[in-house]
Amino acid sequence: MTDPSAAYEVVIGLEVHAQLRTRSKMFCGCPTAFGAPPNSQTCPVCQGMPGSLPVINRRAVEFGVRTALAFHCRVNASCRFARKHYYYPDMPKNYQISQYEEPLAEDGWLELQADGQPRRIAIQRLHLEEDVGRLIHEGTLETAHASLVDFNRSGVPLMETVSQPDVRSPEEAAAYLRAFRAVLLYLGVCDGNMEEGSLRCDANISLRRWGAPDLGTKVEIKNLNSFKNVQRALEFEALRQREALDRGERIVQETRLWDADRGRTRTMRGKEQAHDYRYFPEPDLVPLELSRASVEAVRADLPELPAARRQRFVREYGLPTYDADLLTQTRALADYYEAAVREVPHPKLVSNWMMSELLRAIPADDERALAASPISPRHLAGLLRLVADGTITGKIAKDVFEKMFRSGEDALTIVGREGLTQIADTAALGAVVDQVLRANPKAVEDWRRGKKAAAGALVGQVMKATQGKANPSVVNSLLEAKLSQL
Amino acid sequence: MITQLTVHALVEQFRRGAATPSAAARAYLDRIAAVDPSVRAYITVTPERALAAAAAADARWRAGRPLSPIDGVPIAVKDLLCTKGVRTTCGSRILEHFVPPYDATVIERLEAAGTVLLGKTNMDEFAMGSSTEHSAFFATRNPWDLARVPGGSSGGSGAAVAADLAAAALGSDTGGSIRQPAAFTGTVGLKPTYGRVSRYGLVAFASSLDQIGPFAKDVIDAALVLRVIAGRDPLDSTSADVPAPDFVAELGRPIEGLRLGVPQEYFVEGMDPEVEASVREAIEVLKRLGGRAEPISLPTTDYALAAYYLIAPAEASSNLARYDGVKYGSRAAGARDVIDMSSKTRAQGFGPEVKRRIMLGTYALSAGYYEAYYGKAQKVRTLVRRDFDAAFARVDVIVAPTTPNLPFKHGEKEDPLAMYLNDVLTIPVNLAGLPGVSVRCGFSLAGLPIGLQFIGRPFDEATLLRAAHAYEQATGWQTRRPPLP
Repeated sequence: MTDPSAAYEVVIGLEVHAQLRTRSKMFCGCPTAFGAPPNSQTCPVCQGMPGSLPVINRRAVEFGVRTALAFHCRVNASCRFARKHYYYPDMPKNYQISQYEEPLAEDGWLELQADGQPRRIAIQRLHLEEDVGRLIHEGTLETAHASLVDFNRSGVPLMETVSQPDVRSPEEAAAYLRAFRAVLLYLGVCDGNMEEGSLRCDANISLRRWGAPDLGTKVEIKNLNSFKNVQRALEFEALRQREALDRGERIVQETRLWDADRGRTRTMRGKEQAHDYRYFPEPDLVPLELSRASVEAVRADLPELPAARRQRFVREYGLPTYDADLLTQTRALADYYEAAVREVPHPKLVSNWMMSELLRAIPADDERALAASPISPRHLAGLLRLVADGTITGKIAKDVFEKMFRSGEDALTIVGREGLTQIADTAALGAVVDQVLRANPKAVEDWRRGKKAAAGALVGQVMKATQGKANPSVVNSLLEAKLSQL
Repeated sequence: MITQLTVHALVEQFRRGAATPSAAARAYLDRIAAVDPSVRAYITVTPERALAAAAAADARWRAGRPLSPIDGVPIAVKDLLCTKGVRTTCGSRILEHFVPPYDATVIERLEAAGTVLLGKTNMDEFAMGSSTEHSAFFATRNPWDLARVPGGSSGGSGAAVAADLAAAALGSDTGGSIRQPAAFTGTVGLKPTYGRVSRYGLVAFASSLDQIGPFAKDVIDAALVLRVIAGRDPLDSTSADVPAPDFVAELGRPIEGLRLGVPQEYFVEGMDPEVEASVREAIEVLKRLGGRAEPISLPTTDYALAAYYLIAPAEASSNLARYDGVKYGSRAAGARDVIDMSSKTRAQGFGPEVKRRIMLGTYALSAGYYEAYYGKAQKVRTLVRRDFDAAFARVDVIVAPTTPNLPFKHGEKEDPLAMYLNDVLTIPVNLAGLPGVSVRCGFSLAGLPIGLQFIGRPFDEATLLRAAHAYEQATGWQTRRPPLP
């Protein structure tokens, strides 16, 4: 889409809602755990009972400040909550306590890698609000005879972050979200689980002719529940708008819904049906004052963030940028890597094994799966130590890895029990090589006639005879020596 | 009769063993059964809960270990304070069968102090009104003249105390809803400083104005009840972390030298001459007690009513959005879909005055009108507050009429605007968040009570109550009783 030969420039802005990993809800003490029986984690406040009043969750504020600082935002010394009104049965008060004119933080940026180059996307604002409940329909939404409401999610803290319209392609939008999620995971403020709705995204997209000073009419897209869907929906929408503009049509300002099954967006509501949210300052809460000292205390406590860690991995471990990028995408993954390297000082070997073996079994961005991995960093290091000191061959190591993953045992236990130790002893291997040469006169003959590739087949035979335990380089030199003596 | 005693006199009897909380509770329940059919102060009476609480209080007094200076005192509360297991209607059809799963903080504090809950009192629907005629269930009558209104919206609480149907009661005051019915029923009605008493469990009308306070037979009783319910509540972020002094101990101090401001704007054109005469006479009494009265000006008084009728409905339109038939309260039958269900439920569940204010408030908050209405009203509110700040730089307490008129007859004020004008002298106090109290200062020729209003500095209820108490002690008004059996 950034192709300058195209007639239009794509302009995208992103709004991300992240559920904060606080133990209790935004305005009451109810737990936030996912998956509890319906309405078991509710109280008068998050059910919007008459007479109940909100109380601000200090931890949620701290998480918001932490994130704002990581995004280089200005944290406002005083901010306010506001009521946002619309009627929907999953919202118990029929207004959402959010922030409007005076958000928690403003004016920051997020750095991401675009074509290997760092690029900054400006962040307009970051604010806190409460989540709504969940509707469960008996049947489809259109035909349901009854709908039930589960208020367990009602009141869970949400952090909304709005970017400036700085994103220039659907791929870049996905890159923004990946970088965004990585920061949240590093900060430990959100579990980043998109399937469970911990991270939700809405996008605004418009097209304009290259060089045009004004933005085109924008369309908002909702229901984007994965990075892939964000990119697909924006690609679809960019194309739809480009074709419409090419036909000389006007883009209608509206909200569209992404239909992942059909791979297209469709109209949800037009500008005329846009809600009048009737915002006004929440009178049940006093303005939230944040002293400089408290903000600085949060800043001092910030962990190393993905961009800094990526740079350090290149500098300190000599990793290629590609490896560093991949290994730093979640804090847990980077921690795993560093824990393993501490045990076995071969940074590139650890990186290779993590990328080729570990991340085949565990999705790179799934911190929970990594935490539950049957192979701990120490176990991986144990295996790689055996590889590095020549105790087992790389080929054997891959089998051992599989077994470790299935059983949770360490490498030494498996290698010892199954006698997988590498054979590098020239006397023992010499006998095997002699045997192989005797048994394969045709291959020996081929070699003599100059078909040097025949040696490969002989090596394979030696490996087979030793169940892969033979040290390949010892075998090679033995074979070479013995063949030339023949 | 035990039901005629003030709270402090009743407690004295408990202390001496001359009466027990159970005897008091039974006497009140008997009187409610006999007299309330004509006054109609209560929506719900809770005899079992009352008698159980009274029996527990009996034991504590017998053991000489009361929980508080009001242990065992029978109290009524306005039906917008949530009571666990006891229905809380707000005077509305939409909450007719609503039984809260929790107690309001003030209910918890009253019960922790050992008081006995007699029941829930009638009110204008969602506290919107000045006559208690806008209750969805029935109108409450003024014990001094059953053909007249008791004021409102806390008219049930005022009438209950005036008619000796409770030793004291709680109401709520958003624009005068404690002080105006106190004036109309000849009781003491105190609206504390905004933030003095927790609003947790008070069904909200206008959150930035609502405040809970006591109705009592005299100022000492009001001070006793305030002491129990006041104080910071972690569940209400707007409750203030200001220590509640021993208001009763402060009452004894003389008012010699106290500077009393008399706002000229509070003697409005068209006010009842009997009200004006009584109030002016009361000011003379205060002077004789050593008070130094001086005229002051509160120039924004004229704009306060208009600002109030934007801010209060705006907040109400938001606070009342939750009554949609989804979760609790009434639900209209025969809806096509969920939107239709909410619309029908609200159309059937709310009375005309509530609907009027929801529409006013929704309009005031609408995009394009917000600045012109809500925004402007907030600016007026700031000016009103500054008026009072300037006045309190010169005086300690402001003295004024509570209402410009006497209790009116049922059905007399059909025009909403005429009804709103009732609160013209009480509303500025809410806008400024100040404490105010109404005490009896005489009677009309027809025998209707007249209210005198004292207005104090923020969190200075002590001075306010001291002035009111001094006045009350110097006059014999509180001995007169309504013409009831």
